[in-house]
Amino acid sequence: MSYSDKVIEHYENPRNVGTLDKNDENVGTGLVGAPACGDVMRLQIKVSDGGVIEDAKFKTFGCGSAIASSSLATEWLKGKTVEEASTIKNSMIAEELNLPPVKIHCSVLAEDAIKSAIADFRTKQAAKKALSGQ
Amino acid sequence: MSIQIPIYMDYHATTPVDPRVVEAMLPYFNTKFGNAASRSHVFGWTAEEAVSRSREIVAKLIGATNPKEIIFTSGATESDNLAIKGVAELYKEKGNHIITTVIEHKAVLDSCKRLEKQGFEVTYLPVGKNGLVDPDDVSRAIGPKTILVSVMLANNEVGTVQPIAEIGKITRSRGVLLHSDAVQGIGKTPFDVEAMNVDLASLTAHKMYGPKGVGALYVRRSKPRVRLVAQMDGGGHEFGLRSGTLNVPGIVGFARAAEILIAEGKAENERIFALRERLRKRLSAALEEIFTNGSMEHRLPGNLNVSFAFVEGEAMIMAIKDVAVSSGSACTSASLEPSYVLHAMGVGDDLAHSSIRFGLGRFTTEEEVDYVADLVIRKVNKLREMSPLYEMHKEGIDLASVEWAAH
Repeated sequence: MSYSDKVIEHYENPRNVGTLDKNDENVGTGLVGAPACGDVMRLQIKVSDGGVIEDAKFKTFGCGSAIASSSLATEWLKGKTVEEASTIKNSMIAEELNLPPVKIHCSVLAEDAIKSAIADFRTKQAAKKALSGQ
Repeated sequence: MSIQIPIYMDYHATTPVDPRVVEAMLPYFNTKFGNAASRSHVFGWTAEEAVSRSREIVAKLIGATNPKEIIFTSGATESDNLAIKGVAELYKEKGNHIITTVIEHKAVLDSCKRLEKQGFEVTYLPVGKNGLVDPDDVSRAIGPKTILVSVMLANNEVGTVQPIAEIGKITRSRGVLLHSDAVQGIGKTPFDVEAMNVDLASLTAHKMYGPKGVGALYVRRSKPRVRLVAQMDGGGHEFGLRSGTLNVPGIVGFARAAEILIAEGKAENERIFALRERLRKRLSAALEEIFTNGSMEHRLPGNLNVSFAFVEGEAMIMAIKDVAVSSGSACTSASLEPSYVLHAMGVGDDLAHSSIRFGLGRFTTEEEVDYVADLVIRKVNKLREMSPLYEMHKEGIDLASVEWAAH
């Protein structure tokens, strides 16, 4: 099993490894996967008041393809609006990284992580609106 | 001494052929190339003589009293098949129950599965957390219809050495045959078919610095005389037990490798053990939350199977790409299932995914061990920095209590 150059590149030079403050009201946190499955991704987005993702960070427990998929996701997220971000599909990630069939599920998990982060952000925004509406 | 990249630390998968073995084999390719079964001319007689000498040496390696008890095969997979299916077919009037363990090599497990489809009953004995079979479990499992017990000498993933002598005492007293897949243990841990009451044993050359494509099955001829149904028909070679032209160069190489082990094995194992401990201690001193899988006491000298918590095995292997090792992670197996051996030992799936198997051997050097230790330490730390699980652990979160949104 040899790795694609792009996967190796993301592993050697991962983009945006790190942690955002999950208590920040403009941060959405997605945590998907399970240690028992060998794949856990945490993906976080920081959204400006204008709805643009100004920062994204990830940490992943998983194989090289999983690390690359989540690293790539954070790269793509930055600069997009939340709506644009929710259109990112796992197939795009898999194609960009030349993932073999047996690793496609890593890109699926990355898509799940993006959606989970967006959902968390939206939930927080809704709660904030509800509070300020009172 | 400079290090040659890539570094090989996967001696359980295969071993390089010792240069002395290559030298011994060469004449049999193009000078003494006769078919050992050719009875009518010197080419055949020369080959036959080489095979005969080889038989004696391999017999000596395992303590067999009669060289005719060594049947040459294409390797241990074939030997396992021949032992299990051959015995089952012959003794099926006497009984249809076979006992083996959950940590056996697939050649044993899949042979048993096939027999189950044919109506045999197979008991798969569990192992403890330490990766060892309990002889009492064997004793309890033996019944009136049991014809064969098959327990490996040493496990290929965690290197644990099974209590073959104790099991042999039990099987001998109950009149049941004992087969042992001795592939990983030969020359590395004591193995004597007479002392241990072993009736059949599978061997292969390529795990002991010999060539691939040749192995043997030890088949006891006395007290008791073991009979089996040949699985390869056509010519009646190997005393009617395994037809097919003998791989003379391979057999000669196999025997030379055996000779080297007989002469140098003891000192070699001490050296390899010291290197293994050096690696283990370096890693333990620098890294927290790492766990050795399997009994340290009953273990092959060159095996180190370690789980690095919070880091996944395949990512580790990619990180240490100049070092050849293997992993119990699902990501590294074709079936995407984590190691069944670690699972049988009760190692949690998360730690199974985080396991790396180092296999040290004859040509491993101290410089290599130090280089690998330092590399592994650096890469584990780097991967832990990228791991959400490590961060959660550092925050004091009990990962076992988290509800994961698995996909």
